[in-house]
Amino acid sequence: MLTLTDAERAIAAGEEGEGAATALRIVAESAQRLGAARLIPIASAHIDGCLYHGDSGTLFAEMLVARGARTRVRATLNVGALDLLRPNNVRLAGVPRAMALRLMRAYEALGCQPTWTCAPYQAGHRPAAGSDVAWGESNAVAFCNSVLGARTNRYGDFLDIACAIVGRAPYYGLHQAENRRATLLVDATMLPAALRAEDACWPVLGAWLGAVAGERVAVFDGLAAEATEERLKALGAAAAAGGAVALFHVAGVTPEAPTVEAILAEGAERMALTPAMLRTARACLSTATGDTINAVAIGSPHASEAEACALARLLGGRRVRVPFYLNTGRGVLARLQQRGLLRGLADSGVVLIADTCIVAAPILPEGGGVLLTNSAKFAHYAPGNTGYAVQYASLADCVESAVAGRLVRDESLWQ
Amino acid sequence: MSAALFPGEAEGALLVLTAPLSFWGGVAATTGAIVDPRHPQHGTCVAGRILVVPEPVGSSSSSAVLLELIRVGLAPAGIVLGRADAILVVGCLAAREMGWPAPPVLVMSGCAALPAGRARIAQDRLVLLPSEGS
Repeated sequence: MLTLTDAERAIAAGEEGEGAATALRIVAESAQRLGAARLIPIASAHIDGCLYHGDSGTLFAEMLVARGARTRVRATLNVGALDLLRPNNVRLAGVPRAMALRLMRAYEALGCQPTWTCAPYQAGHRPAAGSDVAWGESNAVAFCNSVLGARTNRYGDFLDIACAIVGRAPYYGLHQAENRRATLLVDATMLPAALRAEDACWPVLGAWLGAVAGERVAVFDGLAAEATEERLKALGAAAAAGGAVALFHVAGVTPEAPTVEAILAEGAERMALTPAMLRTARACLSTATGDTINAVAIGSPHASEAEACALARLLGGRRVRVPFYLNTGRGVLARLQQRGLLRGLADSGVVLIADTCIVAAPILPEGGGVLLTNSAKFAHYAPGNTGYAVQYASLADCVESAVAGRLVRDESLWQ
Repeated sequence: MSAALFPGEAEGALLVLTAPLSFWGGVAATTGAIVDPRHPQHGTCVAGRILVVPEPVGSSSSSAVLLELIRVGLAPAGIVLGRADAILVVGCLAAREMGWPAPPVLVMSGCAALPAGRARIAQDRLVLLPSEGS
């Protein structure tokens, strides 16, 4: 049974405006249905509702604006359906384009920060370990919980903004310490060290986890030596796209798992990870066969400065022979510009996409074909959202393939 | 055991998902069809069905896809979840704030084993209806 405080009841009664009352109704009713006993204050929010899926989202956000709602905690914005810096990148036209822009502007009018990125944690939004927040965007949720140790559930569109407006969230799920313990122990010590040390292994680990874990919390043993922030980002994004993973631990690395024993729940299931299991998960990421590729995309989640620099290094000034899309946030774009890297990437034929990405907006060439990517998240969503079939490969293979104009993939690590 | 996550009544043919499905990237908001080619029920339309989702997964944008399906009249008639999950329910709560009729949502353990056929959602229960002619 949900109990509201006097202050919350006052908001519900409209004492802070109809917008805040609307948001409180959504938060409180969600809380009630999820079995939360109360609401808790939140430190920040990350808002996923600014991507256009049809006019309903725009009308909903404009309803909140019209009712006078304003966010009362820091709220960063996820991608929209438009590249506001390079408008010609997105083919959306007519009414949908106008409605997508109105949607983005409505979220700004609610007081959200126009970060337009699905990697807010690499754009300066890093809540403290142990703090409660309300984040949307499944990869951001996984990173926030797992790597930062802040506490959030998977907030769907609309509940995230409602929480930001009232500065509160339902107290349930991963806000409660007992639900953050691992009920699945994944022993990765049998994987060859060379495989663990390969970037392209980590999205596959995530895809495997998403498929077996559902929403369970897992702890990995045996990945401490190779885990980096970039790799954990890729693992979490893959696990969240393929499953409902909102939190995972890596013993010796992530903040809540100094050791396996520190975070393992009683009666947890144990699984030993073999190379064969990862080979199967890797094969599932590709829907195409053969060596044809019609486009290459990296940056889901949005590429970091480090990933963009790695791309520039691997290209080494060579030109690509198929359309190549680097998806990133405007913050990273600005830093790449400062470092003088944008010109070289453009000269190589790389198309820079900011504020949105190739699975969130019509960007890939019309007519479909095969998309090559190093992102498990792109591999997961591209077939349904773009009509392209996908092939999965490492960043280095993506670059070599783009330069060759056909798929060139190093299989040696996966034999 | 079942419980209502969003109240209402509905009747329709059951569509039991045989694999996890994210509405975003998995269901087209313009047609109501399952568009993820990896999904075994690729091509099936969710509109007007009692959609049974044993394992809610994937994108947090799924609430927005559901709200759009509701607005254009292509939403499932009712939704049965295998476990309580806020993402689709929030789509219904947003619809109510907009004054658009939203499908009822139940949570029901063991729902993956539901047979084909018609069913009705009434309050906090799912009632299987006899097939026509029997």
